[in-house]
Amino acid sequence: MVFRAEGEGFVPPSSKDFELPPIFGDNEFTTKPIFLILFSVILLSVFFVLASRKASVVPSKLQFAGESVYAYVRNDLGKEIIGHEFMRFVPYLFTLFTFILVNNIFGIVPLIQFPTMSRISFAYVLGIIVFGVFHYVGIRHHGIFKYIKGILFMPGVPKPVYILLTPIEIATYLIVRPLTISLRLFANMFAGHLLLMIFFLGGEHLLQGAVGLKLVSPFAFAFGIALTFFEFLVQCLQAYIFTLLTALYIGGALADEH
Amino acid sequence: MTGTLNLVGYGLAAIGPGLAVGMIFAAYINGVARQPEARSVLQPIAFLGFAMAEALALFGLVLAFVL
Repeated sequence: MVFRAEGEGFVPPSSKDFELPPIFGDNEFTTKPIFLILFSVILLSVFFVLASRKASVVPSKLQFAGESVYAYVRNDLGKEIIGHEFMRFVPYLFTLFTFILVNNIFGIVPLIQFPTMSRISFAYVLGIIVFGVFHYVGIRHHGIFKYIKGILFMPGVPKPVYILLTPIEIATYLIVRPLTISLRLFANMFAGHLLLMIFFLGGEHLLQGAVGLKLVSPFAFAFGIALTFFEFLVQCLQAYIFTLLTALYIGGALADEH
Repeated sequence: MTGTLNLVGYGLAAIGPGLAVGMIFAAYINGVARQPEARSVLQPIAFLGFAMAEALALFGLVLAFVL
């Protein structure tokens, strides 16, 4: 290559960059993502307590902000998808949506800049909770035998098709659903953070190169900033999709016809 | 030049989901353009389809790093 950077070669960011060292001593429960999770819980609690404390008919700006998020989750995700029993699940969906949203947006907040969900364990926990919730709801609603029968033998299908369909359905309900829902969240945050790191670290590396390379580096930074806005879009979208899928699974478990 | 072939494989694997996501949103835009009031009905369906197709690309990404 003609325009090779001087000095040691560029080390591209990898999955190693996500393994942050503990902040206090050797205790591995004091890493940055753990503190971010705790911080997000505190942030959300304070925000919504303040937003709902002095509720009045003519809302303040804060109350309006809090209530629009709530109304969005309740109407567009709860009522539209789960159906008439949606009110029971609104607190869960609302917590899920705001919690994931805040943790995702940490990825582009200056000085924090680490999406918590790019550590897969957090996404797995959320996935396991969703798994537990929608099966529990289905079993409570239909009774355990009817619920399992509904999964194993989807009504309205010719009998020979069950040979093919039943294994697929079992895999869908037991493995694919919880796995995809957490992997989707994790992989989006992971890939997005990696992308931003590549552009900013690459731009910084270009600055240390020859004159020709220094001229190119502003483009790398500009593209990185544009991608930050794109990342914001993806982060909101992933919080939406996670909640949407949870609502769909709960709605599916509650539906009388599978 | 060094690197891993995994990422080339991932690039190839992402073609399919890329096309799929494009087709899903093309259908969604078509539907909304023909009948704008159907937007709220179509939106969750479109995003659900998008999430399903995207999951394939993301599995590829995870596997590219894991393998």
